[in-house]
Amino acid sequence: MSLEIKNVTKKFGEQRAVNDLSLTIPENTMFGFLGANGAGKTTTFRMMLGLIDASAGVITWNNQPIGYESSQQVGYLPEERGLYPKMKVKDQIVYLARLRGMGKKEAEKELVYWLERFKVPDYKNKRVEELSKGNQQKIQFIASIVHKPSLIILDEPFSGLDPVNVELLKEAVHDIHQKGATIIFSSHRMEHVEELCENVCIIHKGSPVLHGEIRNIKRSFGKKNLLIDSDQDLTYLSDFPGVVKLKKRLDGVKLQIENEEVSQFILKEIYGKGFIRQFSLEEPALNDIFIEKVGASFE
Amino acid sequence: MIFSSRKLVLPLNKFSLMLAKTYKEKLKSKSFIITTLLFSLAIILGTNFQAISSFAGSAFGGNQNQEWTIAVYDEEGSIAQALERQIGFVNEDITIVQSDADLSELEEQAADGSYDALLTLSLRESGKIDANYLSDSLIQSDLSSDLQTTLQTIQSNLAASRLNLSADELATLNMPVAFEHSSFSESSKSQEDLNEARGLVYIMIFVIYMSVLIYSMMIATEVATEKSSRVMEILISSVPPFQQIFAKILGVGLLGLTQLLLWALVAFASINISGETQNSGIYQFFSFSTGSIQTLIFGIVFFLLGYFLYATMAAFLGSLVSRSEDVQQMIMPLNLLIVAAAMLAFYGLANPEGSLITFTSFIPFFSPLVMFTRVGMLNVPLWEPLTAIFLTLAAIIIIGWFGAKVYRGGVLMYGNASSFKDLKKALMLSKKR
Repeated sequence: MSLEIKNVTKKFGEQRAVNDLSLTIPENTMFGFLGANGAGKTTTFRMMLGLIDASAGVITWNNQPIGYESSQQVGYLPEERGLYPKMKVKDQIVYLARLRGMGKKEAEKELVYWLERFKVPDYKNKRVEELSKGNQQKIQFIASIVHKPSLIILDEPFSGLDPVNVELLKEAVHDIHQKGATIIFSSHRMEHVEELCENVCIIHKGSPVLHGEIRNIKRSFGKKNLLIDSDQDLTYLSDFPGVVKLKKRLDGVKLQIENEEVSQFILKEIYGKGFIRQFSLEEPALNDIFIEKVGASFE
Repeated sequence: MIFSSRKLVLPLNKFSLMLAKTYKEKLKSKSFIITTLLFSLAIILGTNFQAISSFAGSAFGGNQNQEWTIAVYDEEGSIAQALERQIGFVNEDITIVQSDADLSELEEQAADGSYDALLTLSLRESGKIDANYLSDSLIQSDLSSDLQTTLQTIQSNLAASRLNLSADELATLNMPVAFEHSSFSESSKSQEDLNEARGLVYIMIFVIYMSVLIYSMMIATEVATEKSSRVMEILISSVPPFQQIFAKILGVGLLGLTQLLLWALVAFASINISGETQNSGIYQFFSFSTGSIQTLIFGIVFFLLGYFLYATMAAFLGSLVSRSEDVQQMIMPLNLLIVAAAMLAFYGLANPEGSLITFTSFIPFFSPLVMFTRVGMLNVPLWEPLTAIFLTLAAIIIIGWFGAKVYRGGVLMYGNASSFKDLKKALMLSKKR
């Protein structure tokens, strides 16, 4: 039970939207799929779902291509809101769940459970267009998981949500993962991915640039972050050997350094020149890795 | 570990779910309820036209079905007497009053409403009658033409008596021509049959034309709405495009049949309640009797064929637009085809044997209307409608197959595009390499 993507390429005319992508996503993993806008994430998801065919290569789930026979095992949250604006929440969730093979009674029961969990039980009989963007996103999420799929593809699930609701949704995603589902999701928000996923893949212009366990990726990245809070002006450290980047913070600086040894030389350098409130060595954030690999600005 | 294991959903299940959803949602929609009610009202008004117009006549004091009193001023008096005798044969409701009063007095009386009209008559030396008709309105033209007809007869009789013709000779002179219409073409129906068929064919053409126009628009809008709300991405990952297209077409088709059935029931009930006899009003024009059964069956077959053909095209055209506002523009060519078919069919009503009609009756886009006109109006050999039915079916299958491919790519395509260039793009999206 795993999702295998083997040498998949998708061409639209001359343009290559996805180029020779190979991935193995084992069962019951939480997989982060990262990429800049237009990197080919949505195209890859659509190929996983069997909506469009790959120009080359194969994608299989349980050693079989994903198609309409397996659609009841698959849940999909599209990047843009995809609901009937004029249909009542209850009617459309039940309809979509039934299209994916769930019974009417069961779907209604599940819907009530999720609405209550998301603290919006009174939305059951409202039309989607009456809800705010964030609340629509909750309904969209329910639509993608209500039929208890075993493979869930979430394209930007947290967009448009406030921090409280992001937490609610994260917990839900976490729980579903605990119950055994395989979840693939994309996000621009690296902290969400870091928090939820063990594995990630970063694609850039259709080609995979990094892929594996977050722990290993960070380790092999080598570079570390160094946070220093001090009264003295530390900006001169940008020319210090081993310092890759320097960024000013409110109370000090954030440095990116070649490796952890560099930190000790820096400590020696600044020791005694002023009061040091904080000096901490940190793992690089996924954000830093992403920016380095993709080169785009997400600050 | 399997998160959920459930029995496989049969494709038929999804199909019927989608069909039921399309049907129910449209049935409950405001626009459907309003059009159904409005048209029912029109049917009730139409079938009770005579009762309503006579009611309106009495309520508003109009002169409908009333008696007319016409003052006649004739110095000599003989023509007025003849007119008084003979007008009853032409129009029973006219009463002729010969007055001794002089002309200006009569004019005043006519003007103040004592008489409905004033007729001044004089006879020339040559035997020609001069008449001057004066009324307060020019609306009642049938009144003056009735008078004119009667006076014409009187003038002829006068002329005949001047020539000393006998009564028999006079009768011969006025004998109507025995005019009977028959045709040397074997395919044409008898004149009687033709008149009978024309009414039915006329109604059926109209019903097919309107239904195809309205319901195919409905389908295109439905597809475009699903696409613009992006719910399509979820649908297309659950249900194959071919099934989606036909679930919508059948759903809307059932809706259409429901609507037509409701209207037929309203018409039937209204006719029975109004108690109008079948020989009056519109029923003379649309006489239903034996022999129309065949026409009716062909009508239903061609109705279904026409609907499926145009609905299939509408579905895939709808899949190419991104916003429901663009639907109208996209299905314009489709509407033009239907209008062309209807125009050919109406032309065919007058001239069913024309070569243009014969030729176009085999072209799938036109045959539902044009071939139907031919089978309704002529005795066409059976192979001809069967060929047309077969060709149309083939066209439906080809367009359905092609449409499903376009649909699959089209529904994933966004942008303000709504041209036929997108057709190529949509096909590219749905093809493998």
